[in-house]
Amino acid sequence: MKQKQNATVLSQREAAPQIFDMWIRTSLAEQAKPGQFICIYPKDKSTLLPRPISICEVNEDKTALRVVYRIAGQGTAEFSSYKAGDEVAVLGTLGNGFPLEEGKDKKVFLIGGGIGIPPMLQLAKELTADKQVIVGYRDDKLFLKEDLEQYSKVYIATEDGSVGTKGNVCDAIAANALEADVIFACGPMPMLRAIKRLAAERQIKAYISLEEHMACGVGACLGCVVKTKEVDHHSHVHNARICTDGPVFEAEEVDI
Amino acid sequence: MNMQTTIAGVTLKNPVMTGSGTFGSGMEYSEFVDLNQLGAVVTKGVANVPWPGNPTPRVAEVYGGMLNAIGLQNPGIDVFMERDIPFLKQYDTKIIVNVCGKTVEDYVAVVEKLGDESAVAMLEINVSCPNVKEGAIAFGQKADALYNITAELKKHAKQPIIMKLSPNVTDITEMARAAEAAGADALSLINTITGMKIDIHKRKFALANKTGGMSGPAIKPVAVRMVYQVAQAVQIPIIGMGGIANAEDAIEFLLAGASAVSIGAMNFVNPYTTVEVVKGIEDYMKRYQIENLSELIGAVQE
Repeated sequence: MKQKQNATVLSQREAAPQIFDMWIRTSLAEQAKPGQFICIYPKDKSTLLPRPISICEVNEDKTALRVVYRIAGQGTAEFSSYKAGDEVAVLGTLGNGFPLEEGKDKKVFLIGGGIGIPPMLQLAKELTADKQVIVGYRDDKLFLKEDLEQYSKVYIATEDGSVGTKGNVCDAIAANALEADVIFACGPMPMLRAIKRLAAERQIKAYISLEEHMACGVGACLGCVVKTKEVDHHSHVHNARICTDGPVFEAEEVDI
Repeated sequence: MNMQTTIAGVTLKNPVMTGSGTFGSGMEYSEFVDLNQLGAVVTKGVANVPWPGNPTPRVAEVYGGMLNAIGLQNPGIDVFMERDIPFLKQYDTKIIVNVCGKTVEDYVAVVEKLGDESAVAMLEINVSCPNVKEGAIAFGQKADALYNITAELKKHAKQPIIMKLSPNVTDITEMARAAEAAGADALSLINTITGMKIDIHKRKFALANKTGGMSGPAIKPVAVRMVYQVAQAVQIPIIGMGGIANAEDAIEFLLAGASAVSIGAMNFVNPYTTVEVVKGIEDYMKRYQIENLSELIGAVQE
């Protein structure tokens, strides 16, 4: 069940320039699924709307959540100043999450680009499959690499070629001649479009996690929609709500 | 102590309702609040046929508020009556349906269909959405156009009609008088204030629609002022809204002359706002030994 509650910051560190790694204690961890997100509310009341941030990891006894986020503006800049012991208001857990059953015991790509990498960690932990993680960064300021390596072989692409394959995640897949039966991915829109094409060429399914500016986070305001191939069951138009019908969609179902 | 308030002959258990478009048809927020505790649920605007709404980005944050340009995406009246009304009927709260359209005929079609549904207590007519290109706002920014559509809908409506007024006019009292003269049973105000935000790094508009409707606490003083002015100008009841975040804000609107209030954008900030406002008004009435809510309506003194 969705809830707004106060969580307590357990730790915070800068994982890479402008990328922060925060653990919070919250009972929402009990229900968290890979690919779901939480909304975090800034304390500064000039910035009212909650910030949707994907769940990176759930601790073993399901009492805490880890979020790894980029400073994108005033709200996330405020979050990055929080210290252990601070209280923070959160709403969650939100969204559908990745369909683990679609990858179970198959050969799977887990693809993350930039700030789309964090949800791949909990997915890699929970998914029972022949996993290959492919992650793309701008440069050698890597984050979450060692965490991901605990659960899978990790292939890296960097835009500047400083680590791994020079280029994007698709270049890394090609360079390493990687194959899969199904793809799970999160990242910037150009990357998701490329993955949609890759999946279509290889005739495999891709489940992609989308992002959009949100207001309510719970499906009421219709702010965060994506165009859909078919008429959506809820909206009765070609629009699905990313916050509630997603954020994870089968790539063929959305017009991106 | 009596928190009831009456609008056009419809008695609400308390004066707290939801702002159209911020609460869906109640389903999403029923996970957070007991809808039975609300005076009324005002639904998202519904048209005669499904509307796809605007491209994204549809929302942007601004200082102390937000802009939206959803474009009245809705599933159309048929789905709405099959799905949303039966859902709301389960609760002991009044149902107010917000009606939108591009032409007078569109509005009439929706109003007539809803006439058969006795569970719908009132209709709120959206002639003030700033985010759709045709219809809607065109009816809400000229007094004669507002008069004409109000008079036409009064001929077809079985339920009382509430005209929702736009603040994007020179003189809101002129609009209020026109609606009253045409037979409107009540007024709700204010709808959002047209605004714009530019992303200086991308050098692009923050919203795909370029402009959007501003809501949230930053607009509250404008809304309180307009409610007060309109209350001086007309006899029909007013539903006040615009940036209400807590009971204190709601009470300001009541004192300015509103018979009820709506919580809009603040649902996004705190999904429990509506029920907290109900409780807060109750506490205020106890504190000042107010026996009937009606004692507060328009009770501001010079």
